[in-house]
Amino acid sequence: MRQYFGRKLLIYGLTFFMAVTINWMIPRFMPGDPVAGMLARARVTQPEAVEAMRAYYTNLFGFDLPIWKQYLNFWAALLHGDFGISVWVFPTPVSTVILGAVPYTLALMIPAVLLSWVVGNRLGAYAARRKLLDNSVLPIGYVLTAMPYMWLAVILAWGLGVVAGIFPVAGGYSFAMRPNWSWEFLGDLALHWTLPFASLFLVALGGWAIGMRNMIIYELESDYSNYLAALGAPQRLIRRYAFRNAVLPQITGLALQLGVLVAGALVTEIVFSYPGLGSLILKAIQNQDLFLLQGTFLFIVLGVLIANFIIDVVYVVVDPRTRAGMAGAAA
Amino acid sequence: MTTIDTALPQTPTAVRREALYFALRNGKLLVGLGVILILLGTAVIGPVLLGRAANDYVGLPMQSPSSEYWFGTNTFGQDIFVQFVYGLRTTFEVGALGGGIAAVIGMAVGFIAGYRGGMVDEVLNMLTNIILVIPTLAVLLIINAYLGIRSVGVQALFIGLTSWPWAARAIRAQTFSLRTRDFVDLARLSGMPSRKIILREIAPNMSSYLFMTFILLFGGSILIASSLDFIGLGPTEGVSLGLMLQNAHQWSALHLGLWWWFIPPGAGITAVVGALYVANVGLDEVFNPKLRET
Amino acid sequence: MSLTVTDLKVYYRTLKGEVKALDGISFSVADNEILGLAGESGCGKTTLGKGLIRMDGRMKHIGGTVELDGETLPIGDDARMNPYRFHKVSLIPQYSMSAMNPTRKIGKMVGELVRSRGVKLDRDELHARLDQVSLPREVLDRYPIELSGGMKQRMVMVISTLLNPSLLIADEITSALDVSTQKAVAKALVGFRDAGFVKSMIFITHDISLTYQIADTIMVMYAGKLAEKAPAHTIVSAPRHPYAQLLINSLPEVGVRYADKRLSGIPGSPPSLLDPPSGCRFRDRCPLAFAKCAEEEPPAVEVEPDHFVACWKA
Repeated sequence: MRQYFGRKLLIYGLTFFMAVTINWMIPRFMPGDPVAGMLARARVTQPEAVEAMRAYYTNLFGFDLPIWKQYLNFWAALLHGDFGISVWVFPTPVSTVILGAVPYTLALMIPAVLLSWVVGNRLGAYAARRKLLDNSVLPIGYVLTAMPYMWLAVILAWGLGVVAGIFPVAGGYSFAMRPNWSWEFLGDLALHWTLPFASLFLVALGGWAIGMRNMIIYELESDYSNYLAALGAPQRLIRRYAFRNAVLPQITGLALQLGVLVAGALVTEIVFSYPGLGSLILKAIQNQDLFLLQGTFLFIVLGVLIANFIIDVVYVVVDPRTRAGMAGAAA
Repeated sequence: MTTIDTALPQTPTAVRREALYFALRNGKLLVGLGVILILLGTAVIGPVLLGRAANDYVGLPMQSPSSEYWFGTNTFGQDIFVQFVYGLRTTFEVGALGGGIAAVIGMAVGFIAGYRGGMVDEVLNMLTNIILVIPTLAVLLIINAYLGIRSVGVQALFIGLTSWPWAARAIRAQTFSLRTRDFVDLARLSGMPSRKIILREIAPNMSSYLFMTFILLFGGSILIASSLDFIGLGPTEGVSLGLMLQNAHQWSALHLGLWWWFIPPGAGITAVVGALYVANVGLDEVFNPKLRET
Repeated sequence: MSLTVTDLKVYYRTLKGEVKALDGISFSVADNEILGLAGESGCGKTTLGKGLIRMDGRMKHIGGTVELDGETLPIGDDARMNPYRFHKVSLIPQYSMSAMNPTRKIGKMVGELVRSRGVKLDRDELHARLDQVSLPREVLDRYPIELSGGMKQRMVMVISTLLNPSLLIADEITSALDVSTQKAVAKALVGFRDAGFVKSMIFITHDISLTYQIADTIMVMYAGKLAEKAPAHTIVSAPRHPYAQLLINSLPEVGVRYADKRLSGIPGSPPSLLDPPSGCRFRDRCPLAFAKCAEEEPPAVEVEPDHFVACWKA
């Protein structure tokens, strides 16, 4: 088990190392002067501000230093939590800007991902080998999982927001409000949260339901299911066992899908102008704020790695075989 | 099922004929394939028949669908149907190219890791796992933002370069189980070089699996590309379904009530990807008798 | 008479038509009898085993009856057959290595299984039976993956016989084991019968020499039909059916050096069961075949007490 976690942590460490290196390399080995390019495209009009920024960024990139020193300095800054200064909201540090957006993204993603996983698995398990239900769950599941996240978001925003007028279609809370801990504000937050959550939840739901349905069919064909059936065990027991075994690969699947889910959350946020990382990325791109973009990238990678590790821990808790120190999930 | 095996000797042609038999009777496969072919036909022939460039300004802006403009026009007076047809073409290009590149890398890595084993496997496996955990879209965001992707080809190339790991992992596992089979041993004993063994003995024995992997990569590429386009990092030349969605969103189609601007592109993507997935399940049932509905 | 099978026909539905895997077979198994069922792959022995407890989706009960302890088993009706399973008819499957749920502790699984059949688990009895096959009681707190192949095999044997079934079907249970373990397993089965855990047993295998060691009676099948059925020593020492003779002769003998004497197989292969030929199904490979074999199918005749042969020349 120690070996299992050791291996996982090594992979995550290497992944983070690689992500940071990519992040460092790209602006340096791209053709052109990144500082000039960034300032030219940034919409800053006051000459003194431009000068201040130029001085800051040139210093920050440290082009006069040897390459290896630039690289080490980059790491040193990073480990101090210094991601640089945003161009878009100069001179706010990138880390501050990102930390302001992260709670929104997490509030959207965590419930949507977990709920869609739980409900999707139940639905898929229930539909498997039950003709009538299967015939409706399967096509709906495929349509949902084939949808681009932003399209369902746009449709929900249009149908339930613009046309029906039930939900607001933009922002994390009403423009007229200031963030505070009143019930009124929390209610407003929830109202703005509903549609982005629903679209993220629904698209993910389809994939989980289909995955579970296929896994259950596979498990119901397995030897232990056949043995139980030959000994006359009731379908309920056989299905319960099958579900438990089928859930394990779905946990691994959750780890594999994280990247897609993050992508889905980002574009969903953009549709609803939800003030999370997705909207931040859009702003960063529109304003050529590459520091903000790179900082967000590292944050997302870090988040995904942490989530992966949590899933690994859960897997070990749920699958007795890894705990027994025998053959476990492939690293 | 020893009983059946001996009663019905399974020659390769018999297997193929049986697969074809089930293929022609598999509703999922036929529906999926049918939808794909119709859309593909539209994408290939459509632009020729229309005789217009995708972004031509053809008439009044914000026209609802009519007999002249099937899908209406957008706020700039561009024909949405024309854009849709061209976008569909881009979608297939991105899928085929991105999925193809990913499939080639995935197969190469999977075959070599699974067949060689040992140190080579360790290293490739590590690499696969590292790229597997990095969120693909985030990497593409950085690359595209700095490079400023201009063409569909480059976009597809980067998608292909980043989306192969799960395929490599799956193919590795399959290769691993085939590696110790008798016919592979026989080929090895007869002195066949590894490359030939992989291409002649192993790959054909999992061809259906490889094909299904390609289909999934194809669909995945389309979805990733559409997300990139939507964020504003799509190709700057031409039109794609994702770019149409982005434009519709950016120019407030939602608030102006121009539903004909944002429904078709998303429906197009959903139809292509959904049909691919459904055809894939159909194929799975054809090649894997256990899944067939009795 | 514990088990009486009369003219049983079970076909497989396939694309090309019905495969007549079991085409009219009659036999009986007495109380306390172990019947060894032998024959090459595809002779219908596995189909028979499955047919007696649980048919898979493609199998179809065409005709004939199965009577166990005076009751007719509804073998073609999955739901009505269920009350008999485990309680009256039980199975040790081919796939014992993977027959137990990998993610449940064995003891817990057994408890859940037994309870689901409306029986309260008798812990002491379970422990006694583990002792009988010399499995430590701790296995109940382990997961299947923590057991060796032989241990899993014995565990499944204990589970399958826990409710003292009338009839136990052991389907090729030794093919995955090494020779010394095979012997131990075979002995354990005899022990189960002697202890009264099971009344009668059908031991399916393609390995006649192993069958001979534990079976009271051996039944040789060919192409979905009975070829010969007789007490074990009779089959081995004086088989009457040409197929049984060839089968016995093809066995290696102790003390003979096969460098000098080639082991002979039986030339030819069994007929297609999709559209079996009329007359005797073995005649194409039979050294004794004559005109009548092609015209008329030989019935299984009791040539002496408890000795049945289906051959015109016997």
